[in-house]
Amino acid sequence: MALRPGFRDPVHDAQAVFRAAMEALSRPGFVRALPTDLAPPEPLTAELAALALALCDADTPIWLDAPLARSAEVAAYLRFHAGAPITATPESAAFALIVDAAACPAFTAFAQGTPDYPDGSATLILALDHLTEEDGLAFTGPGINGRVRFDAGPLPADWSARLAANHALFPCGLDILLTAPGRMTGLPRSARVLEPAEA
Amino acid sequence: MSAPLPEQGYNFAYLDEGTKRMIRRAILKAIAIPGYQVPFASREMPMPYGWGTGGVQVTAAVLGRSDVLKVIDQGADDTTNAVSIRRFFGRTAGVATTTRTTEATVIQTRHRIPETPLREGQILVYQVPIPEPLRFLEPRETETRQLHALAEYGLIHVKLYEDIARHGHIATTYAYPVEVAGRYVMDPSPTPKFDNPKMDDCPALQLFGAGREKRIYAVPPYTRVRSLDFEDHPFRVQRFDRPCALCGAEGVYLDEVVLDDRGGRMFVCSDTDHCEGRRAEGFTGEQAA
Amino acid sequence: MYVAAKGGEAAIDNAHRLLAEIRRGDPVVPELSVAQIREQMSLLVDRVMTEGSLHDPDLAALALKQARGDVVEAVFLVRAYRTTLPHFGASEPVDTGAMTVSRRVSATFKDLPGGQVLGPTFDYTHRLVDFALTEGSIPEPAEEAEPGPDAGHCPRVTDILGQAGLLEPSPPEAGAPVGDLTREPVDYPADRAVRLQALARGDEGFVLALGYSTQRGYGRTHPFVGEIRFGTVALEFVPEELGFPVPLGEVPLTECQMLNQFRGSGEVPPQFTRGYGLVFGQGERKAMAMALVDRSLRAAELGEAVGAPAQDQEFVLAHCDSLQATGFVEHLKLPHYVDFQAELELVRRLRAEHEAAHAEPGEPLREAAE
Repeated sequence: MALRPGFRDPVHDAQAVFRAAMEALSRPGFVRALPTDLAPPEPLTAELAALALALCDADTPIWLDAPLARSAEVAAYLRFHAGAPITATPESAAFALIVDAAACPAFTAFAQGTPDYPDGSATLILALDHLTEEDGLAFTGPGINGRVRFDAGPLPADWSARLAANHALFPCGLDILLTAPGRMTGLPRSARVLEPAEA
Repeated sequence: MSAPLPEQGYNFAYLDEGTKRMIRRAILKAIAIPGYQVPFASREMPMPYGWGTGGVQVTAAVLGRSDVLKVIDQGADDTTNAVSIRRFFGRTAGVATTTRTTEATVIQTRHRIPETPLREGQILVYQVPIPEPLRFLEPRETETRQLHALAEYGLIHVKLYEDIARHGHIATTYAYPVEVAGRYVMDPSPTPKFDNPKMDDCPALQLFGAGREKRIYAVPPYTRVRSLDFEDHPFRVQRFDRPCALCGAEGVYLDEVVLDDRGGRMFVCSDTDHCEGRRAEGFTGEQAA
Repeated sequence: MYVAAKGGEAAIDNAHRLLAEIRRGDPVVPELSVAQIREQMSLLVDRVMTEGSLHDPDLAALALKQARGDVVEAVFLVRAYRTTLPHFGASEPVDTGAMTVSRRVSATFKDLPGGQVLGPTFDYTHRLVDFALTEGSIPEPAEEAEPGPDAGHCPRVTDILGQAGLLEPSPPEAGAPVGDLTREPVDYPADRAVRLQALARGDEGFVLALGYSTQRGYGRTHPFVGEIRFGTVALEFVPEELGFPVPLGEVPLTECQMLNQFRGSGEVPPQFTRGYGLVFGQGERKAMAMALVDRSLRAAELGEAVGAPAQDQEFVLAHCDSLQATGFVEHLKLPHYVDFQAELELVRRLRAEHEAAHAEPGEPLREAAE
């Protein structure tokens, strides 16, 4: 089986994807473009592949959700292009790649960081079908000028409650990058989901 | 300015890709935990510790081909170390450089925040010598880490209040501690406290790199940055009782220039780009020809 | 009109040219070759390699030439170059017990297997300036002692003592990866491997002074030089794809094993403990000082009171690196106009308030706030 190619220009493609991720986390909820021409093995999406190749390496164990873990090609692709170890235990992962976001494991399955080292927590990278600036949950917090709204899915039914619980752990907690074809946004632990009454 | 050809034999922006990824991950964590100092494996750079190795590593990790870089030291683009760092990136990354705050996408700074308000999409990279705001109160890393974990910041309030008891004022004039997003107390680097209000609710992303101390921290755009103070002694910035002698600007930070050994002094803008911009628009001060 | 001084590129370029000119010195005097420095300034080269954490005598010699003989500057050049080198992995632990020794002395035993080997040392030279060296000379070859029956077999003193249980055993090989402070930030408290790495890279003068301080009562450790040995050891590496060790060559090292009296504790009977020093090339002063400080830094582990500077790992590790120290000390010559202006404004204001508070009625205010 032939390995699919990685970044065409490893230096500048990785830089561009990193900058997109940096802007996504520094402007939570603001939906922005994530252009990539990667064609990774199914069911890995181009956006997840781009973020993994830009951010992961031998120092960052990756956890794959069930559909991704079933594909030997996906693991081989990530091992070859990112040099990252694949871990079967979510709590030891630095990054989690998730294509079946509706079945995303409980956040508490992943490393949350500690009060001394809150940076020790995991980053979840989700592939979604849709991601738009209209409707959806409203958020406030650092990086948000007032409040921001976006709609995304499919996501677990208790998504809003999970985000609220995650934010309550601040400075610990997970950081989340949400992607859809060609676009992305970020929800760092610092983002607070607004109650319907507040929104 | 035109971009010179990049130096041969080095990766884009000097650092290897593995080092950049490590720094980039630290930056993402720093953004997600505003004001928290993320430890990172700072590299030994080809310039000395104390000369901006932290800022240089952060800039190298974020910089892309289409960025326009401005480097200032003491507010000025033409101070020797600013020239040297700008040239380093001109040579190793071949990026366009500028002295204009409005044209820059990435601004690396030592000791000042530009007078021209920053906008969305800009990145301000600070060079930081001592990132720990509690360091001079508690030299031990093991202790200060605990204090941050517990958000126990009584010590720093006591220090500021001792100033008031002794001098009638808070006697901290630069590196004035701030509270970020209601949680972490942070050292804003040795900028004069005059610049502290510019950090609050700033549309630009602010990144801080401390190379020798191996820490990166961040303030995302539109984040509350509050200078520590007391109800009966609110935070105040320095005021100059005269305008810039060259461009006539008021409400800006001024450098004092010694003209002779008989007490002759003049005060000019510390931000050289701001001053030149004003003079180009026709503003003049008392010393301008 | 006033024109501010500018630190333009032309000024920087010219300063670099001037530096190069002064580095060369009088062009009538023949230029030093890198080989001359490597061969004839070998202890300096060894020190630059040790503090630079890179074994490459030619590179260290070149760095010394470029740095005009400034050790810290040469270490800087070597370290900055080292950063750009790819990292393949860690070698197998070297076996100093199998060292081909050029010098080996013990201060604890008059004689021991393998014997005492004086080797190349300044120790018993009379420090009289040798004016004959001004002209240069070919030294007479040294005669070597008749090798004893056990020559070539030099077990470490620590191994000999260890057999009798008089010395704490070497910690067992844990198999855990050894920390690397050039690749990860130090997390306090740092384990001994990271501390030893920091001390080996540490500035010789700083480590020497700290070691000395322990002898004068600031964290006394009752040290004896169990052994100092200098010679070459084989270096081996296990490539991932082969799975067995491959010889890389030989590296000259100086090792110091310091033995320290220990009264024992509830669980451990009285025995000797150890401090360890290891450097590239011949560097006894550094290896000995390192061993003293290593032992002092073990105070907490051994249940001793911690109070002296040499026992305080945050103090020692955060300040022993010459590049960090010189960078931060020397950065004070960078402009600080902005901070100074802020302080100036405050001092003027405080003085004005002081004057106002103390002014006799009618006395004019001198130097009021500007």
